[in-house]
Amino acid sequence: MSRELVRYLLTRFGQLLLIVFVAVSINFIIPRLLPGDPVQTALARLQATGGAQNVDIQAVSAAYRAKYGLDAPVIEQYFNYWLDLFRLDLGVSFANFPEKVSTMIGNALPWSVSLLAVATLIAFATGSLLGARLAWPTAGRGIKAFVPLMMILTSIPFYLLAIILIYFFAVVLKWFPPAGGVDTTRIMRFDWATTEDVLKHAFLPCLAIVLGNIGFWALGMRSQMVSVLGEDYITFAEAKGLHPRRIFVWYGMRNALLAQITALALSLGSVVSGAVLVEVIFNYPGLGSLLYVAIRGQDYFVIQGVVLMLIVSLAVLLFLVDLIYPLLDPRIRR
Amino acid sequence: MSFLTSLRRNYEQGRISGVLLLGLGILLAIVLFSAIGPMFVDAVNAQVGAVRPRKPPGAEYFLGTDSQGRDMWTLLIYATPNTLKMGLIAGFIGVGVGTALGLIAGHFGGIVDAVIRVISDALLTVPAIAILVIIAGNIDRMNTVIMALVVASLGWMFTTRTVRAQVLTIREKSYVEVARVNGESQWEILFTEIMPNLMPYIVASFVGTVSGSILAVIGLEALGLGALDEMTLGNTIYWSQQSSAVLRGYWWWWGPPIVVIALIFIGLFLTSVGFDRFANPKLARR
Repeated sequence: MSRELVRYLLTRFGQLLLIVFVAVSINFIIPRLLPGDPVQTALARLQATGGAQNVDIQAVSAAYRAKYGLDAPVIEQYFNYWLDLFRLDLGVSFANFPEKVSTMIGNALPWSVSLLAVATLIAFATGSLLGARLAWPTAGRGIKAFVPLMMILTSIPFYLLAIILIYFFAVVLKWFPPAGGVDTTRIMRFDWATTEDVLKHAFLPCLAIVLGNIGFWALGMRSQMVSVLGEDYITFAEAKGLHPRRIFVWYGMRNALLAQITALALSLGSVVSGAVLVEVIFNYPGLGSLLYVAIRGQDYFVIQGVVLMLIVSLAVLLFLVDLIYPLLDPRIRR
Repeated sequence: MSFLTSLRRNYEQGRISGVLLLGLGILLAIVLFSAIGPMFVDAVNAQVGAVRPRKPPGAEYFLGTDSQGRDMWTLLIYATPNTLKMGLIAGFIGVGVGTALGLIAGHFGGIVDAVIRVISDALLTVPAIAILVIIAGNIDRMNTVIMALVVASLGWMFTTRTVRAQVLTIREKSYVEVARVNGESQWEILFTEIMPNLMPYIVASFVGTVSGSILAVIGLEALGLGALDEMTLGNTIYWSQQSSAVLRGYWWWWGPPIVVIALIFIGLFLTSVGFDRFANPKLARR
């Protein structure tokens, strides 16, 4: 490892810490900037909407006052907030008192991560391949027809695509289940039936995210390829008499992909935002649905916990993308 | 007349592309729809319980009715301008603030630049919905204007980034150097030399910000964080979800708002692609 690489990694790690710091602080500050006592407001709303009829409000309230020390100076509250975070203590749910927010997030996280990871990878890979193919001079009329289709797909928010997909594939054709992560009657085991069930439920949400993103990758890759193909080293490779496929993959795609990876890092935020809503539409048991249920039930600390989780895990993901970058681009490694 | 001739020349040179015209055409059609529409329908029909519920589209109700007894056609006509309004307000504020911060960062540099850059870069990578949910969830009385403000609070970073990068390029140009030697003040240089050359970037950012804002607004509304007593496209989606309209086969409830939303986004997207060609004639020749 050269000194530049170490410096690169340290800067990126610094950015990771900065984003986490900003996110935690925002999460702490915003509720306190607004008028009123957050716990009182939340509990009052909870009662007003009838969300807590079976909950001992006094017990909840007392638990929160003690935990948050809301009468203490703000600096002390802020310090305690960080201490709790380091202990992975995100508080307990109002609606499901006294279940821990961290447990609820822990249950939801694997669903979200696997769905989003698989969908993003598929969209990125197929979109980039398609985009590269679109930019290649020999692209036929048939494949060129994909351009307007890709433009339409990038424009439409993918949670709206999700609604259309449910209607056609789950309601009209009944090929896939319309909602949920598994059949409600299923006991989760590691066997083929369970796996099949999970995959069947995941297919449509995954398809919605893939369709919603593929156009972005295809169009981005296309314009990158067009500029890469104009470079001198491509002309040189052609003059050397290299096989067109070799030029396409190793001289064209490889260089165009660098910009795509940067775009991946920048767009992950909006992908996550969209995926949250896709989960809501499908009632998929991930973080998105947890957030939605929490918003509906004014479950204050669950909302905060999920939001924090979203921001932090995205920051970590970005850091991972940054770690991959030197592997792809030797200029950074040097 | 000279405007028209210059318009025609631009079209013949390929600067005004079919894409731009198509995009602007779609947007114009939507604006006209929401401007003229209200003259032909009775607003009362968009209120809960005004008409018979759950009627499919037909002669009596052009786009059918929802299960709360609202006429979908009337609802759509009143919801579209509200959604556009939120997008435009958030777009203006986001681009205004973004341009100001970008100018300050790029022109003055130093510690101010560092702070603005670090904050905008950090916020760009955060999933917007996460922060917006926290803000929107803490507001007691939501309405469309407040919604626009909430979304605008995270709608400035992209403009800031673009404007800052352009200012850094432009201020090294020789005409700026000439102005400096001529004794123009910092502010004069900023507003008479740099600003006019930023306009294409600002317009492009505006289109992008309006699109992003509408996306965020509809997202928040779909989560039930919108101004639920006002008619908007996102709220219509929310109510249709609440009533399981998809599973119960009431396609006329969620279908039309999705089509209008899609048209808005496609119009904005085509406009921005077409505008790119207008602002960079080099692209048009390709």
